[in-house]
Amino acid sequence: MSKDNEILEEFTTKEYEHGWSVNYEADEAPIGLNEDIIKWISAKKEEPQWLLNWRLKAFDTFKKMTEPEWANVHYPKIDLQKLRYYSAPKQGKKPKTLDEVDPELLQIYERLGINLNEQKRLQGIAVDAVLDSVSVATTFKETLSKLGIVFCSFSEAVKEHPELVKKYLGSVVPITDNYYAALNSAVFSDGSFCYIPKGVRCPMELSTYFRINAANTGQFERTLIVAEDESYVSYLEGCTAPQRDENQLHAAVVEIYAATNAEVKYSTVQNWFPGDKNGKGGIYNFVTKRGLCAGDHSKISWTQVETGSAVTWKYPSCVLKGDYSVGEFYSVAVTNNYQQADTGTKMIHIGKNTKSRIVSKGISAGKSQNSYRGQVQVMKRAHNSRNFSQCDSLLMGDRCGAHTFPYIDINNPTAKVEHEATTSKIGEDQIFYCNQRGIDTEDAVALIVNGYAKEVLNQLPMEFAVEAQKLLALTLEGSVG
Amino acid sequence: MSTLLDTHPLEKILENPQKDFHSVRAMGKDAFLKQGLPSAKAEEYKFTNLTKKLSQNFDSFEIAADFELTEEQVNHAIFEGFDGYRLVFANGYFHDGLSSKIEGLTISKLEESSLPLGSIAKAEKDPFAALNQASFEGGAQIALAKNTQIDKPILILNFINPSNGNLIQPRIWFETGDFGEATFIEQQIQLEAGDYFLNEVKEIKGGRNSHIHWYRIQNEGKDAISMSNIETDIQQDATFTSVNISLSGHMVRNNLSLNLLGSNSEGNMYGLYLTNGNTHVDNHTNVDHTIPHAESNELYKGVLTDNSRGVFNGKIFVRQDAQKTNAFQQNNNILLSENATVNTKPQLEIWADDVKCSHGCTTGQLDEEALFYLQARGIGKDKAKGLLLYAFAGEVLENIKDDSFKAYCINLIQERLGTNLS
Repeated sequence: MSKDNEILEEFTTKEYEHGWSVNYEADEAPIGLNEDIIKWISAKKEEPQWLLNWRLKAFDTFKKMTEPEWANVHYPKIDLQKLRYYSAPKQGKKPKTLDEVDPELLQIYERLGINLNEQKRLQGIAVDAVLDSVSVATTFKETLSKLGIVFCSFSEAVKEHPELVKKYLGSVVPITDNYYAALNSAVFSDGSFCYIPKGVRCPMELSTYFRINAANTGQFERTLIVAEDESYVSYLEGCTAPQRDENQLHAAVVEIYAATNAEVKYSTVQNWFPGDKNGKGGIYNFVTKRGLCAGDHSKISWTQVETGSAVTWKYPSCVLKGDYSVGEFYSVAVTNNYQQADTGTKMIHIGKNTKSRIVSKGISAGKSQNSYRGQVQVMKRAHNSRNFSQCDSLLMGDRCGAHTFPYIDINNPTAKVEHEATTSKIGEDQIFYCNQRGIDTEDAVALIVNGYAKEVLNQLPMEFAVEAQKLLALTLEGSVG
Repeated sequence: MSTLLDTHPLEKILENPQKDFHSVRAMGKDAFLKQGLPSAKAEEYKFTNLTKKLSQNFDSFEIAADFELTEEQVNHAIFEGFDGYRLVFANGYFHDGLSSKIEGLTISKLEESSLPLGSIAKAEKDPFAALNQASFEGGAQIALAKNTQIDKPILILNFINPSNGNLIQPRIWFETGDFGEATFIEQQIQLEAGDYFLNEVKEIKGGRNSHIHWYRIQNEGKDAISMSNIETDIQQDATFTSVNISLSGHMVRNNLSLNLLGSNSEGNMYGLYLTNGNTHVDNHTNVDHTIPHAESNELYKGVLTDNSRGVFNGKIFVRQDAQKTNAFQQNNNILLSENATVNTKPQLEIWADDVKCSHGCTTGQLDEEALFYLQARGIGKDKAKGLLLYAFAGEVLENIKDDSFKAYCINLIQERLGTNLS
């Protein structure tokens, strides 16, 4: 028991390892939020008129909206007027190859363990690295472009593939969707764009790495993934931020469009700064993620490992419009200290014979609050649709909370919908069973916890699975005895 | 106040000053005005827009008055095979002369008591509970003496006559002493056709080691709008079991809240809703585990046809001190028609770590293979369907411990399903 406490102590007092920041010369927008700022950002990025109009329309919508309060999270409000909406590392001109990128910027990513130097990699993962408001480098561009795959920063896509961006931007998450999506639409600075043409199977994992460095800055990136007929892509996203005393806002939008027979797999390991052990500082992670299974037999799969952020408010969803389309959601959310997470998914069944599967594993420790909030909606036309949901919560410590808010709305009699949820601590009988077979308590706990999250971790691509397991191990081991 | 409230016919009800319970009613009125009627956006009334329904169906409300009842009317209303005691109410007013005298049980009119009304079913929790607290009429206090077990079930019959007023607001306070045990069966009997709004509140206080069984059957007219708030405090070693069966009505909303206040206490909630036509049934349940070592079980099942709608919202709340809690909840639904809808939200809010809590929820239709099995053995499709549905409902009915009432429910359900096996 005492050893368990020691390990728990060790973890809870552990500092956030990505908490450093780097001083670099930055190109910044003035603080505040108004039409001029939006015009400033748009001009800075040399955007076409249609995009500026789209931003201004979003801003108009945003002004009419109020901040949502239904989530089971409590936090001091952010004054949006005191934020900076654009911050970019100063560069002479846009680099053409990696060699031209400022080595100081590359070092930031080196320190994070993200290698942008593609030659050194044996196994390829194409990375788009986003620092504060702009994308600094994208690797493996040429290899991908031979297959017709477009993988670049959002601003590049606006310049080089305006017809694609214009067609799909806002088609899955409209500007009127919610408060933070509207804000993002108005002020988004950069992000990643990915287009997989018809019949192409992307040969490597595509990855975006987000890093907030500047203080008082909000990060508003936008990711748009379009998978044409019969294509496949696996996409990874990771994020960290420096340790600062004030709360920072991250309001991103991710849109995925899957055409007939296309498959998109989106994995996230979210490790934004969670605040210190007294609950000071940390990122507010208010993200809108949605995938549209537009074509028949298409499939979108979300996998997330959520360990960071002071407050998380995130519901990766699937709109199953095409017949026989499939949506999946796998999530492990870990909260510790004063973290609060209100996360889950939405599965909207519109097409016939659509299927969805939800596996959510929440783990709360310290004084944290962990909520699962999900909706399964079966529309009138969605004959023979099928859903299975499982959301389990594991509690560690008697000051934390685990909550479940599933909404199940069924309008079609041929739908089969199942939902189950459990909340418990690690069973003493399970530990006893292991002890009996010669496995000591420490190992037994590790074994049980690993098994608990395995269903989700198995869904992650290899590299991410290792990172996620490390993150989990730090949180969990020794905390239950 | 909100404009909705100003124009809503229910608001006028609060203008009439009542004679008794001045401070209780004033608190109810304040709580009602503070909350206002729930709007379409209110989370608790999201799928059940009573406010709209009430203003659509009623131009004005009039508080229902008492009326005369005859022995024949009462005898006629009691279901076949019932062997027990009866308590008779008319529009919520207690009729002493027509009710049984039961040893160990004292019944008095609310106006003669000085109870802390609203201390269990709190007005600030629900606007309709507040409305009742501000303007209830009649009502009764039922007290069960210490160490008393009532040998037979007690049937609470409330006769409704909308021509004596369309707003019926009964209120019952039931209290048991330690080690008391009693079974109640509750039923509304509508005497004349007509629209009405029934807004009941029941406050139940179980003593230590007391055992209360509370059965309700809702089989009212197609026009009935019915709102019920039942809240109960359960002490150490005590159990409370509720079985609620909803068969008809226009819009039915049942709020059932159990507060587990003593260790080793147990709360059980069972419900069945068989709906057809345009019936809308909404069951909101809430279990509050405040202390360690308590248990709650919940099972609600629904069979929905035609244009009917079933709503289920079950909340298990486990407080920080409530270690070693066991809480289980299940909701199963079968949809039989294109236009039937189910909205279900099983909720867990858990603040203690050493607990076992689970909830499960399913929506689907009958098993094709089971149907085929029965058909292969010469049972017609309709009958086979009925049999399977009856088996589905049976899991809830099993929890009715009184045989005569169980037989009565089974009969009604089989009639509905078209599988009268006898």
